[in-house]
Amino acid sequence: MSNFFTRRKLITAGLSTAAGASGVGAAAYFASRYGLIPPDHTGILGIGETLTYSSQRLLTSGHSLAREFKRSDISKIAPVNGPHPTDENYRKLLANGFREWRLLIAGLVGRPASLSLEELKRLPSESHIILHACEEGWSYIAEWTGVRLAFVLDLLETRPEARYVVFEPFANPNQAHTVVRVLWDTIDMADALHPQTLLAYGMNGDALPADHGAPVRLRLGRHFGYKNTKYLSRMIVTNDRDFYRKGRGTWYGGI
Amino acid sequence: MSVAAVSASLNRTETGPRHSAVVRITHWIVVLSALGLLVSGIGILMSHPRLYWGETGYVGADSLTDVPIPFVIGPSVWNRPIHFFFAWILTFAGLAYVSYGFITRHFRNDLVPRKADLHWTSISGVILDHLRTRFTGTNAAGTYNVVQRVTYLAVVFALFPAIFWTGLAMSFGVTSVFPVMAVALGGHQSARTLHFAFVALLLLFVAVHILMIYIAGFVNNVRAMITGYVSPGRKAR
Repeated sequence: MSNFFTRRKLITAGLSTAAGASGVGAAAYFASRYGLIPPDHTGILGIGETLTYSSQRLLTSGHSLAREFKRSDISKIAPVNGPHPTDENYRKLLANGFREWRLLIAGLVGRPASLSLEELKRLPSESHIILHACEEGWSYIAEWTGVRLAFVLDLLETRPEARYVVFEPFANPNQAHTVVRVLWDTIDMADALHPQTLLAYGMNGDALPADHGAPVRLRLGRHFGYKNTKYLSRMIVTNDRDFYRKGRGTWYGGI
Repeated sequence: MSVAAVSASLNRTETGPRHSAVVRITHWIVVLSALGLLVSGIGILMSHPRLYWGETGYVGADSLTDVPIPFVIGPSVWNRPIHFFFAWILTFAGLAYVSYGFITRHFRNDLVPRKADLHWTSISGVILDHLRTRFTGTNAAGTYNVVQRVTYLAVVFALFPAIFWTGLAMSFGVTSVFPVMAVALGGHQSARTLHFAFVALLLLFVAVHILMIYIAGFVNNVRAMITGYVSPGRKAR
């Protein structure tokens, strides 16, 4: 024990502590600069979320595509997590084929818009047959049809400083006390501009069923089901990282 | 022989620590993070206690196994970040342990079986000795027997990587870059099922590991993995 605090050991320990601290500091600086810090980075579990999100963003840079399937792979049943809203407002829209529905898009865009379902359907449409997996553990394959979100964001002249897109669904009193309750959610621009990210109004060749999020839901290729916000009513483009997911579950659902 | 003489003889034979500091520290970090992963993993399983094969699986589809516990909706939501937190700790501890093992030749010197021992007679001899409860514990031998060596190597280089692979194969980000990670296993649900199957194998290893430690002398062996030394008189340097 007498030689425990030798000068060499003290210098080595001091230097490695300094190197470690500046290493962490530099990593934090670059991570923040290159958008590798998720909104829910705080707290002890935020360490894991930050590591997962930043490593996935580095791994999936360049729009890596989720696996796509054949039409014959489409599942016979497409389970639903929670029923659609049954309040008067939604029932009226549903009964009328969502003709009065408008999707409001505002925030960091040059041309804020209020789009009807018909207007959305007139934009170039595409379909993807992909896996929908719930974070609970179940999964099914379905075909989703809609307009690419990147196309809409480009059309509305999204400003370069935009970093997140906020999705606000209709209030759903049916889910007021359930696990899947989401008041709003956000995705980053990497996911918003991803070629498989759709504003989907069709499912398996038909109109999007009410329980699956009619009239329009978000469809992401590389996320758990809960990130695919249903019953969209409003979208806001923002660069505010702290204005994020209001609901249960971690912000990044790409795991 | 007096107590002092026994202690002196022990001190003579124990020239260095049984387990190096890096092995000891990473061992316990792995134990704690694996425990955290197990508990949070059960929490995630509770939300959908059914296992399937292929890409898809849901209530109404054919399942491989229905785990006899009720569906509890909710725990998966808050257990998943806990699961990932411990998974990252396990990753760092595992990487530290494996790099240390290669750099210091710990694997080559202490865990790769000697050529002479890789005979069925040698392996069956160890197994038969154990079945006859005739243990030549590491205490006396000062080295691992051939069955221990093969088992530890299999856990480090096959079982843990398999658990990591099947876990990562459930990540859409990962499979968008490496689709083969899910496809090679048979699909998303197959990866999930195999994840639990490999964890069951790991639990089997842990059960036997703890049983063997109990038989070989629980206190001495656990002390060796904490302080580095089997006998209480010595302290880790």
